[in-house]
This record gives sequence, C-alpha cells and structure tokens, in this order.
Amino acid sequence: MSISFILQQIINGFSLGSMYALIAIGYTLVYGVLRLINFAHGDIMMVGAFMAFIFFKILGLNFYVAVTLSIIVTAIVGILTYVTAYKPLLDKGAPKISLLITAIGISFFLESLFNVIANQYLGGTYQAFYFPKWFSKIIHIDSITIPVLTLIVPIMTILLLLLVLWILYKTKIGIAIRAIAFDINTVKLMGADANKIIAFVFALGSALAAIGGISYAMAYPSIDPYMGMLVGLKAFAAAVVGGIGSVTGAVIGGFILGFAEVAIPGFFPELGGWKDAFAFIFLIFVLLFKPTGIMGIDFERQRF
Amino acid sequence: MKNLTPAKYFTLIGIVTLIFIGFLYVSPKIFSDYTTTVLGNVYIFIILAISYNLINGVTGQFSLEPNGFVAIGAYVTALLMLSPDIKADMYMIADPLPIIRDIYLPNPFLALIISGIVSALVALTLAFPVFRVRGDYLAIVTLGFGFIIRIFLINNPSISNGSMGLDSIPGFASYFWIGVVCLITVILVYNIVYSKHGRAMKAVRDDEDAALAMGINTFKTKTIAFMTSAFFEGVGGGLLASSIGSISPDQFTFMLTFQLLIIIVLGGLGSMSGAIIGTLLLIGGMEVLRPLDDANWQLGPVHGIPGLRMVVFSLILLLIMLFARRGILGDKEIWDYIKIRRNK
Repeated sequence: MSISFILQQIINGFSLGSMYALIAIGYTLVYGVLRLINFAHGDIMMVGAFMAFIFFKILGLNFYVAVTLSIIVTAIVGILTYVTAYKPLLDKGAPKISLLITAIGISFFLESLFNVIANQYLGGTYQAFYFPKWFSKIIHIDSITIPVLTLIVPIMTILLLLLVLWILYKTKIGIAIRAIAFDINTVKLMGADANKIIAFVFALGSALAAIGGISYAMAYPSIDPYMGMLVGLKAFAAAVVGGIGSVTGAVIGGFILGFAEVAIPGFFPELGGWKDAFAFIFLIFVLLFKPTGIMGIDFERQRF
Repeated sequence: MKNLTPAKYFTLIGIVTLIFIGFLYVSPKIFSDYTTTVLGNVYIFIILAISYNLINGVTGQFSLEPNGFVAIGAYVTALLMLSPDIKADMYMIADPLPIIRDIYLPNPFLALIISGIVSALVALTLAFPVFRVRGDYLAIVTLGFGFIIRIFLINNPSISNGSMGLDSIPGFASYFWIGVVCLITVILVYNIVYSKHGRAMKAVRDDEDAALAMGINTFKTKTIAFMTSAFFEGVGGGLLASSIGSISPDQFTFMLTFQLLIIIVLGGLGSMSGAIIGTLLLIGGMEVLRPLDDANWQLGPVHGIPGLRMVVFSLILLLIMLFARRGILGDKEIWDYIKIRRNK
C-alpha cells in the first residue's frame, strides 16, 4: 500500500466528509433550538440539488446565479417546513413523538413530491447533474489525482463553519439563537420574537444543506428524489458522533464519517458492501460509550 | 370489556372467533379474488400493525425498525420452507452455506414459530444497546438497526442470496390461514396489553422515571414489549413471504415502517382497535387511491401521475398530525366509546 494511495483516500474522505459536515450543522442547529431531529433535513439537501439542477439545466441560468438562487429557495423551503408543520405543533405543546412523526411525514412528502416533479417535468427519477468543467479539472501531484472540486469543498466547509461560528458568537441574532437553545421561555419573556429566530435557524441550516447537496450532486454527478434520505441520516449520525449541539463537533463528526466511509472500503475491499452501514455502526458505538459525542457537550445543558 | 367475569370473557372471545372464522370461510365465495387478496393483505398488516403498536404506542418507545424484524421473519420462513435442492439451484451469487442449504423444515406452523423466535432473539440482543438511549436517540438508533439488517441481507449472498432474494416460496399462507393467525395474534396481544405487563408498559410510556420509582423494572418491561413485538413481526413476515412467494431486501425498506407508522398514528397510538381500523383505512385507501398512480386516469383537471399516491399519503399523515394528533381513537379502544354512550 503506497503513501500516495493513503493520501488519496484521505483527500477523498475529507471531501465526502465536508458534505456530511455541511448537512450535520443544520441538524445540530435545529436540534439545539428545538430539540427536534429534523428528519426532513436530508430532503432539504435534495431540494437544494434539484433547484440548482432546474435553474441551471432547465432554465439555463449562469451556474453561480443558479446556485445562489437555489440556496435562497432552499432556505425558504426550510422556513416553510417550520412555519407550516413544526410551529403549529409546538404552539399546541404537542409531545415530541408528534414532532418526530411530522418530520418523517415532511421527509416523505418532499421525496414523493420531487419524485412526481422529476417524472413529470424532468423526464425521469434519476438525472445527470451538470456543472462547469472547471470544477472537474484534475490536479496531478506525483501519482495522486485531485479533482478541483475535492479541494474546494473542504476549504469551503471550513470557511462556512467559521461563518456560522461568527454568526453564533458575534452577531445579535447569534446571541438570540444561543439564548433560545438555553431557555426558550425566558427568551420569549425578554420580548424577543422566538419564531423569527427559529425561522432564521431553519433558513441558515437549509442554506448550508443546499450547499452540501449541490457539492454532493457535483461529486457523484447525478441526483434523484431519494438521494437525501440516506445522506441525511448519515449526517445526523455525524452530528451525534461529533456531539449534537456543537457546531464544531458536527463538522468533526462529518469529517470522521466521510473519512471512514471512503477509507475503510479502500483499505479493506471486502467490507465495501457495508459502506452505507458504517455511519450507524459508529453512531451506536458512540452512544454506547460516550453518549455526549466527541466534543463532549452535555446536550441537556450546554448548547453550541 | 375489562370488567368481565372470566366466563363471560371467554364466551365473548368464542363468539368473536366463531363469527370471524365463519367470515373467513364464506368470504372467498362471495368476494372476487381481488378483494380476498386485498383482505389477506389487510390481515397481515393487522398483525404487523398491532405488534408495532405494542412497542411504539403502548410502551411509548419510538422505535423505527419493524422492517428489519419483518425481513428476518420472511427470510427465516423462506429458508426453512425451501428444500436443499431448490436452494442449491437458486443461489446465483455465492453458494449457500452448508447449514443454510441443509436446513429444511417444511412445516408451516413450525416455520412461523421459529421465524418469530429468531426475530425475538434478535430483538433481545438489540435491546441492550437500544434501550440505553431514550426518545429521539432511540428512533435514530433503531432506524439504523433496520438499515443494518437490510445491508446484512444484501451483503451475505451465501445466507440470503443477496439482492437477488429468494423465490418459489411455498404458498402455505392461504387466505383462511392468514386470517386465523391474525385472529390468534390479536387475541394474544390483547391479553398482553390488558395484563400486568401491559399496565407496566403503559406506565413506562406515561412516565419512565415515575414507573422506575414505583418499582417497575423498566428495562425488562421495554425488552419484553420489544421481543413480543419482534416475535409477531417475524410471524407476519413469514406470512408475507409465503403469500407473495418471493422476497428480496428491497421489500423491507423504511417504506414498510413508514406505512405501519401511518397506520398506528391514524388509528391512535396505543389503541389496538385503532391499529385495526388504521390498517383497514390505509390498505383500503391505498387501493382507492391506486388510480392516482395511473397516467390514464383523469378527474376534471386532476390526472394520475406515477408517484402521486405517495404525495397524497404523506399529506394525509401531515394533516392528521396537525389537526387530529391523537388519531381516530386516541389511546382508547373502540368499546370504551361504546360503553360511554350506554351510560348516558
């Protein structure tokens, strides 16, 4: 096993991990403020990828305009899921199980809706994802081949992590988000509009999911309405492995799972078929031995 | 129904049994083949739904892995019922393990019982990691397990024939016998729910810490519920395998769990009669809405699009959650409502 092979696996792993990380941040943020596993988050990522596809391929917009628009639309979809589905339940003080079932319902609604849209207007469930050639340019360093995309995504992820941390710690709305995560009722008593702040959290998480989704669609250049289900669950596992409630933990968890998913089948080819199960096996081990995750945050007390 | 004397209780159960067996005997003669097939499906889903309801509704542990247990039941039944010669021919990707090839027990009754027991044993091993966590985490861990069981079936072609699945499974599960198994399951689960253990399960659902403080061994209670639920899901899976005749890992995706979840939420979490009504409505509704998937169907401006049925179904689930969160019956049984009316 050569050094270059190992390096190659590490680079590929980090690239996949970044995509999980971007989605995991959304899980962590929503879990932080509402204590709700947003099962639909993976499908929000799918919506992002489909929107980019529709704007770029079908409407023929400039790639960067298409991506920006799709991020905005996805953020709006994220807010809509909160306003139409979760908020009425939260207002009624519904038990947690209702929220979870609703989340699964939204997830299936988005999947089947986009399934119908894809079949009816895009000509099939599976679609090849097009993007400018520039991203697939390959850099050769000795025998290591690195597509430009594989380099951009991890760097972008780190920058976005810094952005999210800046929002959370340096801006007014970030302080409000952390306050809500700590105690939502007191925040309401202080006169802050909790709904607006939660809607912002959904928008932020969904925008990041859209970026993750578009990167994922570019890396495996195809999209389908059910792509978000598995990726979303793995990203949630990443968020728990990293320590749910911690944004940095979500990114670390994402990197670990992405790396494991690329490297383990790379080094042990006979385990290749189990690729999709690693996230859950890791998750179960982490919950068994360190239920608070790697960043070790006690999610009943401390947030972000 | 709770306050009946044993004599009255057994008479009641006897009458229900007789009426239902009579219905099972007569219905193939009155209804078309299509209707009896749908009804057979309903019985299987009643078995799956009330056993899922036992862990999810009665014990309040939000688990999402029944697809895994159903898959185990289906595969065990299939492997027991298929003869070594057929299996040797059928395994294309890898040769079956000798033990898998030679195992042959062509007795439907034993095959179903063993399927249930294997499922329950898997549930027992899962209980230790699964019940260390609660609530949301339980949901995601069990969902992961349902997933891992499917991946195991796909990646072990010498045990399960991989993604090719198994076929030509003997069709012992006739309409009549599915109905009988369904009746037995309903009676058994009813007796568990309204027994000492059932009350402990409800106590765990309502307040786990208080139940623990009252001296209930919550882990044991949850494990019993989990194993019982897995047992009947395994039996249901065996019936499903036999009535369809062929199985593959793709039949046991999260979709199956989702259908069962809609059923028990629709009927009312924790209500057995709710689970039965929910099954009738869902399977019936699936058949009624079937035209939505047909591109040739049209009603005014609306016309069928493949996949539209699932959109409508998930919308129905969302609307139930928003406007009728407690389902049709809440956590009560249908006779509780009848009694209230009589008292007035």
